[in-house]
Amino acid sequence: MSTRTLISPAALARPRGRLLYWLCFALVVVLFTLAFLGPLYWMVSGGLKTTQEAVQTPPTWVPGSVHPENYRRAWGGMDLARLLLNTLYYAFGALAFQLVLDVAAAYSLSKLRPVLGKAILGLMLVTLMIPATVLVVPQYLTVLDMPIVERNLLNSPWAIWLPSVTNAFNIFLLKRFFDSIPKELLDAASMDGAGPLRVLWSVVLPISRPILGVVSIFAVVGVWKDFLWPMLVLPDPTGQTLAVGIYSLATSVPENVLIAALTIASLPTLLLFLLFQRNIMSGLTAGGLKG
Amino acid sequence: MSAPTLTQDPAAKERRPRRPRAGTVRPPAGGLGKALRRNVTAHGFLIGAVLCFAFFSWYPIVREFLLAFQKTEDGQVSWTGWDNFVTIWNDPAFGQAWRNTLWFTALALVLGFAVPFVTALVINEFRHGQGYLRLLVYLPVMLPPTASVLLFKYLYDPGYGMFNEVLDVFGIPAQQWLQDPDTAMLSVVVASTWMNMGGATLIYLAALQSVPGELYEAAELDGAGLLRKVWHVTIPQTRLILALMLLMQIIATMQVFIEPFLLTGGAGPEGSTTTVVYLIYQYAFNFNNYGAAAALGLILLVTLAVFSAVYARLNRATEE
Repeated sequence: MSTRTLISPAALARPRGRLLYWLCFALVVVLFTLAFLGPLYWMVSGGLKTTQEAVQTPPTWVPGSVHPENYRRAWGGMDLARLLLNTLYYAFGALAFQLVLDVAAAYSLSKLRPVLGKAILGLMLVTLMIPATVLVVPQYLTVLDMPIVERNLLNSPWAIWLPSVTNAFNIFLLKRFFDSIPKELLDAASMDGAGPLRVLWSVVLPISRPILGVVSIFAVVGVWKDFLWPMLVLPDPTGQTLAVGIYSLATSVPENVLIAALTIASLPTLLLFLLFQRNIMSGLTAGGLKG
Repeated sequence: MSAPTLTQDPAAKERRPRRPRAGTVRPPAGGLGKALRRNVTAHGFLIGAVLCFAFFSWYPIVREFLLAFQKTEDGQVSWTGWDNFVTIWNDPAFGQAWRNTLWFTALALVLGFAVPFVTALVINEFRHGQGYLRLLVYLPVMLPPTASVLLFKYLYDPGYGMFNEVLDVFGIPAQQWLQDPDTAMLSVVVASTWMNMGGATLIYLAALQSVPGELYEAAELDGAGLLRKVWHVTIPQTRLILALMLLMQIIATMQVFIEPFLLTGGAGPEGSTTTVVYLIYQYAFNFNNYGAAAALGLILLVTLAVFSAVYARLNRATEE
């Protein structure tokens, strides 16, 4: 990286400039570490304290005695294993539905070009303009009593999976990527007698791995982080997501066990992030916002 | 993961023609039958997503508009004209919720808009450790919001929380944070900024990469100092992204729900954190008054639609 930034390289080369640079650098690194890891340290260490120590005034910076069994209590007492499995089930189900239906839709809109395709895309993109929180009430009423099929989807995983498909942003990202695949490549394949499905599977999808990765991460993280919608449509405690389950149990467990549970709930996405950080961070800027 | 990423794979750039033109999978020219078959196949690929949109997006949007003018009593739906709007207008919580939401938005813009931009500016200056700093800033975005919010509730506790302990180090007296009507909203905003600033920071960092270095050199020749360089070069060069992010933040923060809901139970001390979305939630799920909830939702929708329209225009401008 050799792009020229605010401060001129000449100023940095001077001894005083260099000293100032390292001073600022050290200060910022310390400050950021405290600001962003400090709360996380407080969380992990709070989970190791005794109940008494966790709520004592003034609080302690280092646990007087270490109690890892709080984590076991949180895991067993709050049934975190079940909540975690539920969340994974909803998240990967939503991922599967989005990958199949949204990819198929984006491919059709980009390459197969049906009549009314433009209008359908337009109607999908319009939904981006409607604030999600406003739609929660009519969506909830729809889930309670699905028109035509006359089903109640309350407490059913379908209430998470099917609405997750209506992700116009993902369809837009996919379609834009498919648009950039040269026509010659697809023509060559269909010349060889490949049908649309075959072209999608053997030509389009292998090229699209980067964007599929980005969309997949968005899909999983979206379900993982959602709160209001799963709280409304999955009221049954045995079927709740981790985010909702912890909230509903928050007042009925001691503070140190709750804090331990928060640590456990944070781990999966943190690990996912550390593993895929480059994809996640570049996916963010791929979302259409380029300078 | 070995899969190439979008922005870093040079081959991907090569594959992309300068002016992307869509290829079309089309069987060799044929009669009406072929065109029909092509369309049937194409719609076959679309139908799953279209059905989901119809049930969970388009129909609820229409229903939102209908509900606002309807009343349900004993399972009987009847039209009520503007009654629902009159009901919410006369609710003393209405004015308070809007005042709080605007106050939250204003605070969130001062903190949530300025802090990520300054952070990006600072990180961009460093020749070392950029990866580490970016990682730190983005870390909270990946936590489940419930976990971050409940963690902040613990940190804010006046008795055993970390924040009063930190203030104590600097000799500042303990605060009541969420329990005090004067600081409750500010505390909510601080938590919200910590949770969400990572995304904006990374986007600003990407935008800063595209500011041409010669402009800074030219400014230096004119004797501009650090602040004037930021004001006269950096901000004008990134103004489109800045404007987009500003609008996006207004749209997002005006829909704030989970932070006050979990931190203060929604209303907060003396109703100081009741937001519009929380009021919608109350109407719908505490009072079962779906009509009033829809009417209030409609008002929020129209307000945000103005911002959304501006956003869409600006977005089109960046695409070109």
